[in-house]
This record gives sequence, structure tokens and C-alpha cells, in this order.
Amino acid sequence: MEKHRPAHLIRILTLSVIIFNVSGNYFLDVGMRSIGQIVSLSPLDYMRVFANPWIVLGVALLSIWLICQLSLFSWADLTFVLPITSVSYVLIALLGAILLNEHVSAARWGGVTLIVTGVAVVSRTRPRTAPEFEEDR
Amino acid sequence: MKWLLVLIIVLCNAAGDVLNAFGMRRHGGISDFHPTALRRLLASLARNVYVIGGIAAMAVSFFALLSLLSIAELSFAIPATSASYLLETVLAKCVLREDVHWQRWLGACLVACGVGLLSL
Repeated sequence: MEKHRPAHLIRILTLSVIIFNVSGNYFLDVGMRSIGQIVSLSPLDYMRVFANPWIVLGVALLSIWLICQLSLFSWADLTFVLPITSVSYVLIALLGAILLNEHVSAARWGGVTLIVTGVAVVSRTRPRTAPEFEEDR
Repeated sequence: MKWLLVLIIVLCNAAGDVLNAFGMRRHGGISDFHPTALRRLLASLARNVYVIGGIAAMAVSFFALLSLLSIAELSFAIPATSASYLLETVLAKCVLREDVHWQRWLGACLVACGVGLLSL
């Protein structure tokens, strides 16, 4: 019935979650920088940001991210998905260092190292340990 | 005010992830990503109360984060919200009944500390 083996699917979905999260947030950030600060409690003022093409692109990418994240949850535990997809923080730090020439402090490199170690530890565990809910379907 | 927003972000973020994880586990494994299957998937997600609740909680958390970023530095916001990793690990064990053994705990702690350090 299945087109892919779950282990293979989990790898593809994890990669997609990370890529769409990082790219979506990046374009949101680019858009928000070009708009400037919004100090308002009115939702209408926030709606105006959707006129910006970067924001629209960011929101589109984050919508794909949400679908991938939900699909990944359909195969893997929360305590597997969360630590592993935190690689996106590392990518953001590296992108800042490489593309934007931001200074990366020693503490930040320490943070990157801790996250990568945490991801390595969790990725060695079985993705699904929680009981399935066969009876609910 | 700052800490109230942090509390809202951490709680809503954790609630959103736990609800989504629970809703999707009930939904069952998704392996077909063709356009017609995706449309069916979206239709079934729109009827999944756990996923709807999860996305609503994530939206609250997102707008609370935007408000926090307007009154506080990113270097305050990110470490403060990294606490949600530990809360979510506890909830996954107690509510979702995941088998959180020492490797998962170690991973969650390393990632939470690492995210905290990233903002320095």
C-alpha cells in the first residue's frame, strides 16, 4: 500500500521541515525589515504586511512547513521531531555567518555544538515509541 | 509584561505541538503527497479538532512572540522560549505516553542549552 518505507519518508520529511522552516522565516525577516516596526494592537495594521511580496513568499513557505511538520508527526514522536528539527537554529546561525558576514561569538559556536550533539543523540533512537491509536480510527 | 508574554509563548507553543502530535498520531501515517491526496489530507485535517486546536495555539504563540520582540531583545526572547523544549518533553511523556528514555532527555537538554547559548 505504501509508496515509501516509513524510515525513508521520515528522513525526507525531516529535511523538508528544516528547509521550509529556515527559508520561510528568512523571507519573513527580509519582508519585516523592509516594512519597519509596527506598533499597533489592531489586526488590520498587521494585515497590511501581506501586500509585501517577501512576506507572501515567507508565509507560503511556512504553510508548506506546517504540512510537512504535521505529516512528520503522523510517523514520529514529538520528542524525536522537536530536537532533530532544531537543526534549523544551527542553519540560521551558519547562514548569518556565511551570507551576511555576521560575527559568530564563541558562545554561539558552543550553542551550535550542543544542538548538533543533541540532534545526534536523539537521531539514534526509534522515531515512534508512543502507542498507536488503531482503535480510534 | 515581558515574563507574562514568555509564559504565554512557552505554554501555547507546548500545547500546540502536543495537540498536533496527538492529532496526527490518531490520523495515521501520511505517505501520499500527490495533489489530489493532499487536498483530501487538508480536508481531513480541517475536521481534526486536535490539529485545529494545535494550530490555534501556535498562532497565539506566534503573535505573542511578535509582541515580545517589539518590547524585548531577541537575545532575551530566544533563551526564555527554549524552556518549552523541556516542558514539551515532560508533556510528551505524561500526556502522549511516549517512551522518553535517557537519550531523548539528554537530547532535549542539550538542544535547550544550545538554543539558549545561540543568543549570546
